[in-house]
Amino acid sequence: MLDDFLIRAALAGLGVALAAAPLGCFVVWRRMAYFGDATAHAAILGVVLSLALSMSVFAGALAVALAMAVTVSSLSGRGYGMDTMLGVLAHSSLAFGLVAVTFLPGVRIDLSAYLFGDILAVSKGDLLVIWGGAAVVLGLLWARWQQLLLSTLSPDLAYSAGINPRREQLVLTLALAIVVAVAIKVVGALLIGAMLIIPAAAARALSTTPERMAVLAAVIGGLAALGGLQGAFLLDTPAGPSMVCVAAIFFAVTTLFRRPGRG
Amino acid sequence: MIMSGGKHDTTQPLIEARSLSVRYGRSVALQGVDLAVHAEEIVTIVGPNGSGKSTLLRALIGALPLAAGQVVRKRGLRLGYVPQKLQVDPTLPITVGRFLDLPRRVTAQEREAVLTEAGAGALEHRQLADLSGGQFQRVLLARALLNKPEILLLDEPTQGLDQPGSAAFYRQIEHIRGRLGCAVLMVSHELHVVMAASDRVVCLNGHVCCAGTPDVVAQAAEYRALFGSGTQGALALYRHEHTHSHDHGHAHHDHGHVHEHHSHSHDHAHGAQAPKTEKTH
Repeated sequence: MLDDFLIRAALAGLGVALAAAPLGCFVVWRRMAYFGDATAHAAILGVVLSLALSMSVFAGALAVALAMAVTVSSLSGRGYGMDTMLGVLAHSSLAFGLVAVTFLPGVRIDLSAYLFGDILAVSKGDLLVIWGGAAVVLGLLWARWQQLLLSTLSPDLAYSAGINPRREQLVLTLALAIVVAVAIKVVGALLIGAMLIIPAAAARALSTTPERMAVLAAVIGGLAALGGLQGAFLLDTPAGPSMVCVAAIFFAVTTLFRRPGRG
Repeated sequence: MIMSGGKHDTTQPLIEARSLSVRYGRSVALQGVDLAVHAEEIVTIVGPNGSGKSTLLRALIGALPLAAGQVVRKRGLRLGYVPQKLQVDPTLPITVGRFLDLPRRVTAQEREAVLTEAGAGALEHRQLADLSGGQFQRVLLARALLNKPEILLLDEPTQGLDQPGSAAFYRQIEHIRGRLGCAVLMVSHELHVVMAASDRVVCLNGHVCCAGTPDVVAQAAEYRALFGSGTQGALALYRHEHTHSHDHGHAHHDHGHVHEHHSHSHDHAHGAQAPKTEKTH
């Protein structure tokens, strides 16, 4: 069954969506949308480095995404606004990645597969990495859900309950880096942010509790992955962007039908 | 650094700040503050804006790194913290009931009991983002009561309430203190009008300026005229007894506050008109 490239693509898309959507809820709640984008863009530099050193793209992207996320976390409050600093770091690491790739010896590498994703080229080994990463992310969120939620609502309340919100922030940062690293082959660095934000935003209108929003976001993300793949197959469109389009349609529909007066 | 003290000493304070200093970057927010709260005591902290009242509470719960000094807690101290304000992002859907389940899941009975105790009985199924300021305050109070605190730390709980509202809130705190036998450490934005049940009032301005007991004069006609009859003696006046002047230079303080901006040059509550004219905003 896994020999069919379409089945592999569907499983890859599902794996990414299931991990990205609940994490995306935290990204939305904590207003970290730009942080997600920045981490994803930085991963391109990681891809180039791993191609240069002929090591696994996943490891390279993960390492640079993690370095980026930790750098941003520790630099915050040094006199620049968060958005300014993210803008500087995200775009410069993307630019350095795009420039560095031209120095790679041998065949010229087409980076577009990593910018926009190439879900139809996912191998069995990639599937293992994607589902392994997704399992780690979901496990982290599951294990620390209560602490993460309280730290998101109020760092001071977390401190008073003996929880260190900075550690919870680190958990999210780690989860974000993993999602970026596993998603880069599926939707590409430029659209990972979309798979984080859009399903969560679409689920908001239908939710009254954080748990419901996380589950609905995962469902919507999964449907977007499958629907986008189906659409790409039927209409011969690029798979990654098609998934994002389906997610965006979900967002438009749920937002349109949300009850008025709900925050 | 937070330390735990011994176990069996009954005179030991629940929580204690020892020559505590806190800095934000290069500016000094608190300098050499000593404060101890004992069991069942009600302590009110007053002080002008920017005097470090909230900073002191946040340092006591361990939310701020200390530049010097230490916070000593009774071993295994259960504390309930009621923050000043909570900004709930509108994208985060959460009901009051779910909020009370953080970080420890509690039973429906426990939830109902604390909501009733805090006067927020009907709010369990409401969304946090939809609550008014006063309702939110009561929900935060209910949450702080969940682990049967030995000490309640409240950060300007009566902000935004009018005088009868403040009085009602103070009576409720007193009632809760009576039922739970907990100590109360409360920050107030009013310089002169404090909770009558306060055992001690501490005036803070980067350091402890003065401390004393409030004047409970609820029976005097002039005070009744001032506070109205609906407060049932919940409010009292506090006379500041500063041993140093804040208006004559900074020579004896080495911290960075500009004292002229603070309302320390006030008439020290010698008459019934003082509280009305000294409202700080």
